[in-house]
Amino acid sequence: MNNEFQRTMIIVGIIFVALLGTSFGVAMASGNGIGTFGIVIVAGLFNAMLLFLVAAGLSIVFGLMDVLNLAQGAYFTIGAYVAWQFHHAPMFAGIPADLRFVLGVLLATVIGAILGIILERGLLQPLYERPIFQIVLTFGVGIVIGEILKAIWGTAGKQWIEPFGLQQGLFVVFGQQFSIYRLFVIVIGFILIIAIALLLRYTRIGIIIRAGVEDSEMVEALGINVRFVFTGVFTLGCAVATFGGAVAAPFLGAGLGVGQGFLLGAIAVIVLGGLGSYEGTAIGSVLVGLAGQVVIQVTNYANSINIDPETFGGGSFLAGLLNYSTDVVGMSVWSSLTPMILLILVLLLRPSGLFGKER
Amino acid sequence: MSEQALLQIEGIHTFIGQFHILEGVTVSVPRGSIHVLLGRNGAGKTTTLKSIMGITPPSQGRILYNGMPINGKRPYQIAQLGIGYVPEHRAIFKELSVRENLIIAGRSSKDFELKEDFIFELFPDLKRLITLSGGNLSGGQQQMLAVARALVPDNQLLLIDEPSEGLAPVIIETLMEAIQRLSDNVTVLLVEQNFRVASKLAQQFTIIDEGHSVETGEMGDLVSNQELIQKYLGVA
Repeated sequence: MNNEFQRTMIIVGIIFVALLGTSFGVAMASGNGIGTFGIVIVAGLFNAMLLFLVAAGLSIVFGLMDVLNLAQGAYFTIGAYVAWQFHHAPMFAGIPADLRFVLGVLLATVIGAILGIILERGLLQPLYERPIFQIVLTFGVGIVIGEILKAIWGTAGKQWIEPFGLQQGLFVVFGQQFSIYRLFVIVIGFILIIAIALLLRYTRIGIIIRAGVEDSEMVEALGINVRFVFTGVFTLGCAVATFGGAVAAPFLGAGLGVGQGFLLGAIAVIVLGGLGSYEGTAIGSVLVGLAGQVVIQVTNYANSINIDPETFGGGSFLAGLLNYSTDVVGMSVWSSLTPMILLILVLLLRPSGLFGKER
Repeated sequence: MSEQALLQIEGIHTFIGQFHILEGVTVSVPRGSIHVLLGRNGAGKTTTLKSIMGITPPSQGRILYNGMPINGKRPYQIAQLGIGYVPEHRAIFKELSVRENLIIAGRSSKDFELKEDFIFELFPDLKRLITLSGGNLSGGQQQMLAVARALVPDNQLLLIDEPSEGLAPVIIETLMEAIQRLSDNVTVLLVEQNFRVASKLAQQFTIIDEGHSVETGEMGDLVSNQELIQKYLGVA
């Protein structure tokens, strides 16, 4: 283990301790008990896994192909709509709800993979020498997908109204009850993190992908069809994003903007983790997911108390600012800003991101 | 075309962007030989190797390998025909271990296992470094790895660009010995600035000057032709 890696892990450890320590402290100070700490951990990991499912494809594709796929959020949205539709379609009502959910997720993943192949082969390949065009193209594809989804399902969001077994079961963390479905998403996310890590580390295709991230021209000169690898990786990235949308649909529902929020967070994650670094993406997702929940918890707590101007020695401006930031700006805004704030803080310490190399 | 030529380059022109780098290069590499491309910096030697590999494809001329034209093929297709490429500055994968650098070069996962003994006999140092990442190797070790990588598949022709560049004399000797031994089984097209190394290794030469091939022949004849050496290579 080299010094650089050790330093990075120390920074990661400090951020984790700071986040969990803050959450625990606020939970105790607020008098709500340790249950709110449990909420932060479960909700944070749940969001982290969804973020990872968008960010993983974005990161590997960018590392290997230098393509920032801005349509990744739209693929997440497609996954949510397909899973919702399959689960709520009257023609499939005879299938048990749990099985219907699983089949809906599988169908969404397959559709995501097919659409990924179409986007990479049909539209991106002619633009490999033109990186700016690729960004514009994927951004445009995201918009087109949004319009198609709007034409099919309308502008109103779709709520997941028919529950299934996983949603009804409960588990307890720090005295707080949660739906087993949340645990399912967290476990699935961790399984995917490990599975992709094993694929990259121990298989020949994984070695090719890691080598391609470093020098795709040399990989091709060794007799490997890099474009074929590009197609495979791009397809995998899109499939994982639609899988994420499908898995999240019971919680988030299906709505036109559902993937866009995750896309912004995922871009912050891959920059924060270090461009092209898979481990950076995995750890960055967990950091951002937890940080978002900690901010919600802190904002809720700050909202519940009125900060006395005298607390700051008569500095009413600062107290006013704090009250304004919690009462008026609100927790959802702070939560949305969290990935960017965390990103700025990390980049101040490590300009290449946590696990990034100079590019 | 010469009867025995494994590789025949016929008047190729290559552009990089708007720059006309090769303006008519012709080289004939007989099977089972070591052929060296000589010339000053920027003459077009590296671009010639890249043109053969399809990395900077020529816009005119022909490249025949085993009598078959390979112009227009993609680099991976050219490599799969049995041409190994050891680029300038090695281009080994620094994040990959030595073993992974060798595994990736095979056409299948088994190729490295089949060649393992031969490679470690040629470069014993690599065996002890097998788990280290490429970025942790010295320049000489990286060069050995780059050559070893080209030996994993069953290549008939190796294109080796500046193998002695930036290496200590003792390492250069080891590499020269290895390349000499390799030539028993494969044909080598070498780019080499170090005339002493080139003259010891190669049987034939081609001099490239300002994008043109200007002289070609037996290395023995060149060594005795000081005027030619002085004119194109600047070596006293």
